[in-house]
Order: sequence, then structure tokens, then C-alpha cells
Amino acid sequence: MGTENHSEVDTAAAPFARSGKDKLLDAQGLTKRFGDILANDAVDLTINKGEIHALLGENGAGKSTLVKMFYGSLEPDGGEIWWDGQKVAIDNPAAARELGIGMVFQHFSLFEALNVVENIALALPNPGNMKDLAKRIETVSREYGLPLNPSDIVADLPVGIRQRIEIVRCLLQEPRLIIMDEPTSVLTPQEADQLFLTLQRLASEGCAVLYISHRLEEVQRICHHATILRHGQVVNECDPTKETPATLASMMVGAEVIAVNAAAQKPAIGDVRLGLNRLSAPAATPFATALNNISLELRAGEVVAIAGVAGNGQGELFDAISGEMRVAPDMIRLDGAPCGAKGINWRRKKNAAFVPEERLGHGAVPGMKLSQNIVLTRHSTGDKLVNGGMVSTANAGEMEQRIKKAFDVRMSHDDPEARSLSGGNLQKFVVGRELDRQPGVLVINQPTWGVDAGAAALIRQAIIDLARSGSAVLVISQDLDEIFEIADKIAVISRGYLSEPEPAADMTRERVGLLMAGGAETQGEVA
Amino acid sequence: MRIELVKRKEHSELMSLMSPLIAVGLTALSAAIIFAISGVNPALGLYKFFIEPLTEQWSLEATIEKATPLILIGCGLAVCYLSNNWNIGAEGQFVVGAMFGSILPVVFPSFENSLTLPLMLISGVIGGALWAMIPALLKTRFNTNEILTSLMLVYVAGLLLDYLVRGPWRDPDGFNFPESRIFSDAATLPDVFGGMMSLATPITIIIALVLALVLAKTIKGFEIRVMGESPRAGSFAGFSAKRLTIFSFALAGGLAGLAGTMVVSGSLNQLLPSISPGYGFTAIIVAFLGRLNPIGIIIAGFVLALSYIGGEGVQSGLGVSNKIASVIQGLLLFYVLACDTLILYRIRMVSRRAANPAGEVSHV
Amino acid sequence: MFEAVLLTVITAATPLLIAAIGELVVERSGVLNLGVEGMMIMGAVIGFAVANQTGSGTLGVIGAIAAGMAMSALFGFLVLVLVANQVATGLALTILGLGLSGMIGEAYIGVPGLRIPELYIPILSDIPFIGPVFFQQDAIVYIGFALVIGVAYFLFGTRAGLILRSVGDNHGSAHALGYSVLKIRFMAVLFGGACAGLAGAYMSLAYTPQWVENMTAGRGWIALALVVFASWLPFRVIIGAYLFGAVSVLNLHAQAIGLGVPSQFLSSLPYLATIGVLVLISANRRLTLVNTPACLGKPFVPDR
Repeated sequence: MGTENHSEVDTAAAPFARSGKDKLLDAQGLTKRFGDILANDAVDLTINKGEIHALLGENGAGKSTLVKMFYGSLEPDGGEIWWDGQKVAIDNPAAARELGIGMVFQHFSLFEALNVVENIALALPNPGNMKDLAKRIETVSREYGLPLNPSDIVADLPVGIRQRIEIVRCLLQEPRLIIMDEPTSVLTPQEADQLFLTLQRLASEGCAVLYISHRLEEVQRICHHATILRHGQVVNECDPTKETPATLASMMVGAEVIAVNAAAQKPAIGDVRLGLNRLSAPAATPFATALNNISLELRAGEVVAIAGVAGNGQGELFDAISGEMRVAPDMIRLDGAPCGAKGINWRRKKNAAFVPEERLGHGAVPGMKLSQNIVLTRHSTGDKLVNGGMVSTANAGEMEQRIKKAFDVRMSHDDPEARSLSGGNLQKFVVGRELDRQPGVLVINQPTWGVDAGAAALIRQAIIDLARSGSAVLVISQDLDEIFEIADKIAVISRGYLSEPEPAADMTRERVGLLMAGGAETQGEVA
Repeated sequence: MRIELVKRKEHSELMSLMSPLIAVGLTALSAAIIFAISGVNPALGLYKFFIEPLTEQWSLEATIEKATPLILIGCGLAVCYLSNNWNIGAEGQFVVGAMFGSILPVVFPSFENSLTLPLMLISGVIGGALWAMIPALLKTRFNTNEILTSLMLVYVAGLLLDYLVRGPWRDPDGFNFPESRIFSDAATLPDVFGGMMSLATPITIIIALVLALVLAKTIKGFEIRVMGESPRAGSFAGFSAKRLTIFSFALAGGLAGLAGTMVVSGSLNQLLPSISPGYGFTAIIVAFLGRLNPIGIIIAGFVLALSYIGGEGVQSGLGVSNKIASVIQGLLLFYVLACDTLILYRIRMVSRRAANPAGEVSHV
Repeated sequence: MFEAVLLTVITAATPLLIAAIGELVVERSGVLNLGVEGMMIMGAVIGFAVANQTGSGTLGVIGAIAAGMAMSALFGFLVLVLVANQVATGLALTILGLGLSGMIGEAYIGVPGLRIPELYIPILSDIPFIGPVFFQQDAIVYIGFALVIGVAYFLFGTRAGLILRSVGDNHGSAHALGYSVLKIRFMAVLFGGACAGLAGAYMSLAYTPQWVENMTAGRGWIALALVVFASWLPFRVIIGAYLFGAVSVLNLHAQAIGLGVPSQFLSSLPYLATIGVLVLISANRRLTLVNTPACLGKPFVPDR
């Protein structure tokens, strides 16, 4: 990939007259239930030929469920699907592919131990000779501006290239509709631009695109039409080029979206609370990322954000700072004290708090109650949870009530198991559990991924409020919108290297994108 | 027709209690069928197997005697399995513990005083723990799968015992039989409660109760349960998986070794080439049937001990092979595992899609 | 003399080879079946019983294979349909197999066994020295090698094998692409059961044509270790099986060689060697991470 021509993406897509004569996919009254949950409720959706159609909605609105029915991965419980004027039953993905429907998944459906050719062969009904297939892959991928090397093993490839495999896999089957589920969540801004060029080329060739996203700016740039889902129902349809991100957002959420208030008076920036001094660590496994000479100073009163596409060392950095991964003592200092080799609870006693990326399985134990999950991180922080070796369930219960109220965590009954909470509510709980301690240093990885807009706003506000009250906050995030909303300073992590943090006011998306791409790609063009 | 599993939002408390009962019920049903196939009246077979042992003094005592090592080993295994350490070598730890515990009476038979027995028991614990540390250390240092290593050591332990009992530890006055000398009274575990049970039983019950308390109420118990379910969350809590592996293997090995020593010094009074009818393996079943909870294990140990005595009973009374006991034990474990599914999932029977192109799915 | 030793190595290695190659396919699909010992011993007892009742070694072998498949079907139902814990269920299978075989086999202890005939390949087996060793073996020995070659071709040269490997690598992706993960795994499990049953038949109908309780003596467990040793690659299973076969016959030939070591020590060598080999392989983290099927042992519940 290397240097991209940052050409202007053509947003002058002619407004599509929806005459009804060009219908490709027509879904009527589609319904899907999971147990008690009605994921899709009588959804009507029409996609025209050659149209880039956005499916908008916040996390949990039912978008992924709907498209899985188009792809044959799920059976609808009610409703009909019409394809090119004919009623059809899409029983499985092979049937979908036969109709000409291709899908690029959000959390890719690739096989790490296999190479590019094998991965693509598995999705084709008749792959034929592997050598011929390899040649076809090279040709088609280059033609569409997404070059691939057929013999590469997927495990060695970075995220952006993996997505290309998914896309080329669809292209090889001459699709008439490509479904893309949150494609740009793993791309740098420049890679996203390249993707948009590809999509527009496809649209001009007559292939329709169903584009799922919650990123309103993108939808405005390239989509011809949008259908908006909320709580499993279609609430609106519109031409996104005629709307603003604000109006689209309120259609998605159904209310005035409360903007995060970051402009509160900033106290003087205080002492360095967390210092990273040439932090380096080798990759723990062949698929991990090494950390290379990372240096950073985090001061009281400020929010520093580390931007980066997934897989560039964020998890490793978090583990080093939290203490799950030990490093040389001097590489990490909390309030001046070297602690690189100390465990996580030592750092917690120094008033540091941590929220990892994965809520279930890392931040909380899925099968345990919330009160027990409180004990998880606060059993040695002086909260009177453990007395002479015995756990005090009474105190834990009290804390659960307190956190629940303070952070508006919704649950169906008192003290449920962690896994029965929705993503947003669980995240509020996990963040609340740490903020309840008034930590002097908070390190949080992906604060609002997979979280509904209301919870996201609450969490971001809480982060800002914590910093304004004098604590130091380090946020690691893949979401540039979020970063620009809450950060005072921004740095970029790429392949285990960290850029010099710069004031947010001086940063642009383009610059962040360039920093992300710098040194990231070794998968060059196939010459 | 297809079976479909629907995940429950939370563990079903009801099924946690019911599942072992349903499993026992299904096992009894299967046992009845096996009796019928073997040409025996099923009702009579079930009675002789499950009920009769409880009706007579001597068989009740025999059941308690067999239940004791099962409970003790089972408790140690519960700690291992709860923390995701798959110790399959309890049988070997039992044997090595028994060997260590027998050093005093066999090698220093003249050391007869009130310290003999306590020292024997302590040696037994140490021996079992050491043998269990081998797979534990291999796991923490080299990441070697503990299932296979702990199991291989069972065979090695058995061969070691065989060698000692036929060779250096053979009773010089024993007419060349492969057995060690008989233990003196000072080295024999006494009976209590008027001869109804050996001292081993109260010791075992106390240990089980203590472990129940530790697992349910203490931070250590919390650590064990967290590490078993979510190792990453455990690491996030500051717990060390490696230290827990060493701890749980040492505990399980120590308890198994203690059980071995108590069996040898209480029931057998000497070392023989074979000192266990598979206690270490049956204890695995006990642990699961008891839902990895020491209180449940006490009951489960009793149920499985019953199957040993019952097996003897149907052989002498009805001419059925006593191997039926191990078949029933195996079936019991199967049913326990199958019924455990109900705790996390609801079962739904779903018919194939009818020729309805709209995709209606009908539910049975 | 060397001939005789080589012959014993071949006979010792064959059951390990066959059981291991079957389990290799199972694990490549992502399932861990610890019940190999139980399936093998059932194969041994049923094979012996059927051969004894019918007078035909071939029918005995078929019966053994069927027994192995039946046991594995039970395992498959619990683990794939009911999503039971794979480790515990595998153990249950072994315990049940050992118990059931003991019960069925009681009637056959001490009964003289039927030996499956050796295949006498014309001309080739007349070659002095290597002829009898390589070309005059029980049919099952040749089947063992054919199985390894067949599995290698299947896994790496056919589309079906590619699909199976993908299921073991990432069952979520395979499901998303439309492959029936559970069906593929179930068939792999059945294949593993058939192989284990065949290996058991070899033990009671060729190795020592008789029935002894627990006669597999842990070979099923060693076969499991062999799969790890072979890094889930078919041809390496041959190397492992023959290495272990050689170690396990040391006891037999110790007296001839003049080793003054207690026989129990020699008998324990295969088990100690297994531990040693496992440590060596697992100590090399890169090797294990790269070759282990990523979904090994992980349960899969599709949402439909």
C-alpha cells in the first residue's frame, strides 16, 4: 500500500430516484428472535442495483442480525425476501453466494493458519485449480487497488490486508450485492479512502453495496440512501447527502444527542503521575507485538489519547502499564516510583486504576455476580472487602448498589451475573468500579467499543470529569471521533512505536492517519 | 428434527441442584436395563446394588470405609478442576503417598511410639504432594499438558510400588509373597466410634468441611474460582496462574497421599502390589457428581462407595459380574456431564424448515 | 536376532500408529478426545469376542471397528450436541470403556485366541532377511501405513481436508462461510473411533492373540501424546510410533541384551519417555503455537 494518492472521493453521486424499477433486494417484514429478544421486528428494506445503501443504527440496533439473514447465516422467523423480482429462501451462505450476494464481516471470517489462496478457496463453490486461483487473485486484487500476495499466511498479515482478502474473496464471485459490516473500524483514514474508491467503482459497475456503519461522516460521503434501525425496527429512511451528522445521529438514537462537555475550565496541569521511559518488551508470542522504546509523560489534570488501528501493540502496552506484563523497573514510574517489575495490585495501591479492552473474560468474570466482580479488582485496595482472609459479601453488595446508582447501570434484577448485562451497561459498571475509587491515574483501553450512544456519552463525560478533578487519564482508542472529543493530547501507536504526543488542537485526522501508516505496512504492492 | 441449545442468561440455580439427582436417576435406570439383559430381575438387582448395602451393619461400615478415601481425594481434585488444572494422576499420588507413609513401619519397624502414626501421615502427605508437583512444575515451567504427564506417572507409580514390594521391601518373614511386613500396632490407624469406622473418616470429614469453607468464603477460594473460569480476569486481579497450579496440585497430591497412607495403615496394615481398586479414578467421578463442592463430594463419595459394595453384593447374591460396578460408575459420569448442560442451556427441539419459502420455523 | 527385534518393534508400534492417526484427524477438526484408551480396549474385547464366536478374524476386526465407532458416537453426542466439557467426557469414555470391557471380557479370560493371518506377499517376502520382516505382516500393519498416507493426502490434497482444517482453525469463520461445523467434527470423531477400535483389534487378535483385562495398558494415552509429538502432521506420527514401539519392547529384549536392570524400570520407560517427549515439544513455544489447531477443545454452539 505505502503511499496512497489522497485523491478526493467523489461525493457527487447522483441522488438516486427510487423508482422501484431497479429493485435488487427487497426485504419485507423480516423478523428474528433470539430467546426473549426481538432482534429484528418486521423490517422492510429495499436496495436498488448499483446503489450504495447505508444501514445505520447504534450498537445493538439489529444491523448485523439483519444482514446475516441476507447472507443465509441466520434463518428469519418471519417475513419475505425478494431478489431481482423473485421470492427466494436463502438457506445458507452458499445459496447467498449463488444469488450473487457477498459479505465482508466485521470480525473477519478468516483462517489464521492457512494462506490467502486457501482462505479464498474455502469461500468459493468451485475454486478449481489452486495455481489458477492464485493467479486470478493476483490479477483481480491489483485491478481493484487492493493488491494481495497469494502465498502469505493470514496470521502474519496486518488487519488492513486481512480485510482485503475478505473483499477480494467477494469480488471473485462476480457479486451483485456486497454487504460490508463496519468496514472502516479497522482502517486508517487513508485506507478508508482507498476503500471508498473501490466501492464507488463497484457501484458504477452495477454492483450494489449494503454498508453498515455508525460512522455518520462516511455515510454522508459515499452513500446514496440510508435506512435507519433502532431497537430492531426501521425508524426512518433518507438521502444521507441531504442530512447532517447531527440529524442522522438523532434519528439513530431517537433523542437529542447530548454532546460531551469538554470545555469546562481546565485546572493547571500538574505533576507527572505516570511516566513511561523507553518502555520496551519483546513479543510474548509469535503473534504479539513488541513494544519499542515507548516514552510518555502523563500529567495530573490531562487526558492523553493514544490512537491506533487494532493490532499495533495497544494490548501489550496496556498490559505493561497495568502490571500484567512485567518489564524492567525503571521503564514505568508511578508518581516517580519505579514499578515496571511490580504486580498490578501494587500499582493499584498507588492509586492507579485500569480498564481493559475486553470486558467479559478480562475486565469481569462472565459467570460471576457483579458484587463478586467488584472484589476482583478491589480486594487489596483498602476497601474492607477482605477481612482476615474472608470475603465480606455485605460490603461488596453495598458497593455494587453504590456503583449501580452512580453510573446508571441497568439490570433486570439485583446483582446479576456479569454476562447477562448488555455491553453498554457492563462497560458502565466496569468503568464505574474503578472511578468509584477516585484513582489518581486511570488507564483505559477502548472505553466505548460496542457500547450504545447513551452509555458512551456517560463514560466519556466521566473520563473528562475525572481529569478535571485532578487525575491523570490515559485513553487508548481506535475511534478517532472519540479521541477528538475528549483528548487534550494525542499520540499514535504503530507497530509498537509511539509518536510524540501533540496537543489535540494541533492535530488533524489526516496527520493521525499518516502517523498510523508510517512504518505499519510491510505488505507492499505485489510488483 | 434437531436439538438446539439456547443459552440461559445466567446459571440455573435449580438445575445446579437437580442435575446430579437426575444423573443418578438415569444411572439407576441404565443399571436396571443392564440387569435385565444379564437375565436378572431388574428390581432385585437395583435393590441388591443400591439399597441392601445400607441395611446391614457390616456393609454400612464397608461403605463408609470405601467412601473415605474417595471423599478425601475428591476434595483435592475439586480444587484442581475448579482452577482449571486437570490432575488425572490422583491414583499415582495415592500410591506414592502410601509408599512414603510406609517408610517408617517398613524400613524402621522398631520405631514404635506415639509419634509413629503422625509421622507416617505427614510423610504420606509429603509423598503425594511431591509426586503431584512433577506435572505441576512441568506445566508451569514448560507449558506441558498436565493431563498426560500426571497420567503417565500413575503407571510409573504402580511399577515403583511393584518393584519395592517384590524387592527391597519384601517381608523377610513372608514366605516370598510379594508384600511388605505387617505394620505394628503403633503404625496402625485406630478405629473410632466403637469400631464403626477408622480414624480416617472423621479426619476426612473435617478436611472436607474446612475446604468447603475456604472455597466459599475466603479470598483463596475466590482466586481458585476466578482462575478456573477466566484466567485473564484472574491475572487482572493480580492472581498468579502458576502459583495456583503449584498450590492446587500440591494440595490434591497431599490429600491423595494422606488417603493412601490411611488406607494402608488402617485397612491393609501392609503394602501390597495393588493397594487401590481405582480410588484415584473413581474420585474423579466423585468430584464431578459432587459438583466440585466438598459438601456435595461427601454425598457423592458415599454414593460411589455404595457402588463398590453393591457390585460385590450382586456378584455373590445374583451371579452378576462385579465389574458391573465400574460400568455403572462410568455411566454415572456420562449422565452427570450430560445433565450439567441443563445448567447453562435450555434444550429445544426444532423441526426442519417446512417447504415454506418464507422461512417460518415451527417449534415442537 | 535383529530381525526378531525389528518384528517386535513393528508389532508394538502398529496399534500406537493407528490410534494416533485417527486422533490426529479428530484434533485437526478441533475436538480433543481423551477417550482413546477406552475406545481401544473396547475394540480389543469386542474384536476378540466376535472372532471367537464367529471363528473369523476378519469379522472380529469389523466388530472392533464398529465398537470403537459406537463409543466415539456417544462421546460425539455429548460433546458436540450437548456441549459437555471435552476433557471430562473423554475421561468418562475411558472409565466406561475400561469397565465395560472388563465385564464383557470376563468370559474370555484364558480362552485361546484367534490370530488374524499374516499376508504373504508373493516373491517380495522371499527376499532373505528383509522379506519376512517387511512383506509378511498382518494385514493391519499395512493398513496402518495406508491410513497415514491416506490421511496426509486427505488433509493437504483435497478440498474436504482443507475444510476440516479450517474448522479446527476457526470454527466461527467456518460457520460464517456456511460449513456445518458439528457435522464435520462428528465425522472426524467417528473416524477416530474406528481407528482406535482397529488398533484395539490388533492388540487382541495379532499382538498377543488373547484377552487380558486392561491389556492396552495406557497405549491410548501414549497415542494422544504421539499426536502432540507429531505436531499434528501425519508422517511424523510414523516416527513417533516407531520410537515408542522401540522403547516399549526394551523390556522384552533386556535379558537377551544382558541388562541387569529391574524389569519394572524397563516397563516404565515408555511412560517416562512420553513425559520427556511432551516436555521437549511444549518447551518450544513457537512450535506449539503455530501447529496446534487453534480451536482444539473449544466448544461450539451455532446460533441459528
